[in-house]
Amino acid sequence: MGPLSSGIGKLYGRRGWAALGACAAILFVLFPLANLALPKGSPFYISDYTVALTGKIMSYAIVAVAMDLIWGYTGILSLGHGLFFALGGYAMGMYLMRMIGREGQYRSELPDFMVFLDWKAYPWYWSFTDQFWYAALLVVLAPGLLAFVFGFFAFRSRIKGVYFSIITQALTFAFMLLFFRNDTGFGGNNGFTDFKRIAGFPIATSETRMALFMLTGATLVISLLFARYIVTSKFGRVLTAIRDAESRVMFCGYNPVHYKLVIWTASAVICGIAGALYVPQVGIINPSEMSPANSIEIAIWVAVGGRGSLVGAILGAGIVNFAKSWFTVAFPEYWLFFLGLLFILVTLFLPQGVVGAFDEVRKRLRERKPGPPERGSVA
Amino acid sequence: MRTLRALLLLLVLATPALPASAIGPALIEKLALGEHEDKVAAITELLAADDASALGFLQALHDGAVQVVGGKQVLIVKDDAGVDAASGKSVTPLPQEREDVVVNNRLRRELASAIAALRLASPNRNTRMAAAKALQNGADEELLPLVSRALAKESDADVKNLLTLLRAALQLQSKDAATRLAAAKALGSSSNPNTKALLLGLLEKKGESYAEADAAVRAEARSSLKAVESRLATGDRFGQIFTGASLGSILLLAALGLAITYGLMGVINMAHGELIMVGAYSTYVVQNLFRTYAPGLFDWYLAAAVPAAFAVAALVGMALERSVIRFLYGRPLETLLATWGISLILIQAARTLFGAQNVQVENPVWMSGGIAVMSNVVLPYNRIVIIGFAIAVLLAVWLLLTRTRLGLFVRGVTQNRAMASCVGVPTARVDTWAFGLGSGIAGLAGCALSQIGNVGPDLGQSYIVDSFMVVVLGGVGQLAGTVYAALGLGMANKYLEAWSGAVLAKIAILAFIIVFIQKRPQGLFALKGRMADS
Repeated sequence: MGPLSSGIGKLYGRRGWAALGACAAILFVLFPLANLALPKGSPFYISDYTVALTGKIMSYAIVAVAMDLIWGYTGILSLGHGLFFALGGYAMGMYLMRMIGREGQYRSELPDFMVFLDWKAYPWYWSFTDQFWYAALLVVLAPGLLAFVFGFFAFRSRIKGVYFSIITQALTFAFMLLFFRNDTGFGGNNGFTDFKRIAGFPIATSETRMALFMLTGATLVISLLFARYIVTSKFGRVLTAIRDAESRVMFCGYNPVHYKLVIWTASAVICGIAGALYVPQVGIINPSEMSPANSIEIAIWVAVGGRGSLVGAILGAGIVNFAKSWFTVAFPEYWLFFLGLLFILVTLFLPQGVVGAFDEVRKRLRERKPGPPERGSVA
Repeated sequence: MRTLRALLLLLVLATPALPASAIGPALIEKLALGEHEDKVAAITELLAADDASALGFLQALHDGAVQVVGGKQVLIVKDDAGVDAASGKSVTPLPQEREDVVVNNRLRRELASAIAALRLASPNRNTRMAAAKALQNGADEELLPLVSRALAKESDADVKNLLTLLRAALQLQSKDAATRLAAAKALGSSSNPNTKALLLGLLEKKGESYAEADAAVRAEARSSLKAVESRLATGDRFGQIFTGASLGSILLLAALGLAITYGLMGVINMAHGELIMVGAYSTYVVQNLFRTYAPGLFDWYLAAAVPAAFAVAALVGMALERSVIRFLYGRPLETLLATWGISLILIQAARTLFGAQNVQVENPVWMSGGIAVMSNVVLPYNRIVIIGFAIAVLLAVWLLLTRTRLGLFVRGVTQNRAMASCVGVPTARVDTWAFGLGSGIAGLAGCALSQIGNVGPDLGQSYIVDSFMVVVLGGVGQLAGTVYAALGLGMANKYLEAWSGAVLAKIAILAFIIVFIQKRPQGLFALKGRMADS
């Protein structure tokens, strides 16, 4: 084993890797087989709907990992992560809009909403978006640059705590208003939708959907390992120290601004990538993704799963969103009650989230009947 | 055209129908049965005769209430009761075979200005005023003699002013250059936006020549135009200052409660906007109670709604403090999330109780309408009342914080909780009271908002970002900062709005605040000394 692979190997214990391998097997073997190879009537068949839902939630889980990096490990509560997610989504959406070609309502080279606004040509910021490589670059650059510039000014003037949260909320609110305008050139209210194909493949077929699903799964696994790598490194320990006692870190000779800026930008980029994976799967992106409510919901995923635990963040995103898709179908009028209660109960009674509660229970059990201590939790 | 019609409708409602029999049967026949040209000619004839008794029939024609039986008998039909237009006798029962008299758009326009012109002779001053206003928005040269005659008889100064301008506008179409010159000069004293368009029309170039051939008239028109424009600009500026002050007072009301809970107590209450909503819905409920049980006192329902809004919001706030927020003191981020959850529950509760649609809260009669300062500036009474209300609330809060025992306790707990507790201040109870006070003020804000906009479950959401911005900009722990920040943001918002549109204005303001916070993280009015550390 080379130095790099041994570095990665140390990220999790033997049981952790086994669990990760099991999850990967479900995502990359079970799902494709059950969705594509089995006939529709089979009891083990996984429907396209389930695949799409799981894919969507996996892209949310990537966002949760990014959020956990910045909130759970660095102690900065961002209420603007929905913005970075949406920016990545819009960058991908621009490419997908270009791929519609002349198949829109008006049979024009331009997207329908531009025809509707009577625009004659693409505005400058749409140039090259028909190239996939450029769109992919934009997915990373747009949220990355915005986060870098914003973070640079915010961290430099030591805006922290609630102030930072409120300012990020104002930021995403401002962008939402901007994107709602028709003249901004991103489709206004309706955003982008009606996509036809991606990278030459028709977007609505089961095969393309499965490919996107597996791509999202792979990205989730990679971002989990990346985040784990960061938080277990020396860099990550400084982040945790900043969370717990920022002034002490400063007095030890570290400059917290650099650390915060790096993790903040990285977190935004991960969000952007998640957004880019999300858009082709749900088939629409519009400014409501930037609404302050969406960003604050990301925080509750992480809080439910457990702050400071990457697996917890993923679990939280899964629990909340599966609950949401079940609730909004079964009892649509009670979903907000449930979500509201979740916010309150988790902050009051589960400060460490589901993972924390699980660890607590296990610890108590172990104390009751003393035995050989177990090594390392899954987190 | 639409305003014209609305004004005419007002006229119709304001004056009782005149007897229809006064005009001759020949004219009636022409108006009801003739070709369109005949009808227009008949109207001109009526106008020339200045026959006010024709009003009723013209009005009926305009409203489409005139019907013809068997191609000769002309009826005015209203609520299934018919009157013979020529004889004025009622016709019962109504004949089955009736045909509507078709009134096309051109004829309707002619009718509208004819009715207004005839109303200029009305003995009622308000009717004449409204008629003159209606004519200002579009009148033909044929009306000139009628307007001149009315002007000669007019005694009321305001109506006279309007008519002078109206006459000048009509005279501009005259063939005689001297008349036009005098008219252009007279128009210089107008402050009606239509006058500007009229004068601009004179100065327009049609190919090589100007619309107005005479150079002297053009020069006069140009100087008149300048006068009108500067007057309009003054009006606009005044209007902007007023709407800015109005928005500022609303922001102040919304942010004042937040300044207490966030500024003084350090609690991030994301449900503050929903407490505003609670106040608005309380007003709605009180309004409905008055409408059902005391319709006679309906104009005074606000006197009950204001304390009710305060009490309900304060009780909700105190309940929240006791049950949730109390456990989260010192953990601001958790407080933020928990109160967000509360806001979701309150929104959904409002939806379940009152439905997802907006509900209607009516202004009492004394609050509707407004003062017309200039022809292009109207100050609505409800906004004026709200500005006054905001000032009163501000004063009350200030007195409460500086002159009462509760205020003393609140300030004490804010400055040093442990020390306050040591000298016997019941800090937990003070927290509850202070939170109740902040929430109650949010309820008052909701009561005020219900008077100028829609009341719906999402009402609070649109104010929460703004009110946080006010508090952040104003600085924590200071009422003065909140006041300046609210007024400043309100004014800046309205100014930018006129210049760049509403959305860009809002974005510019948010960008400005983000930059401003860089320079002064503590806000406009930073606390100095020890307290600044925390």
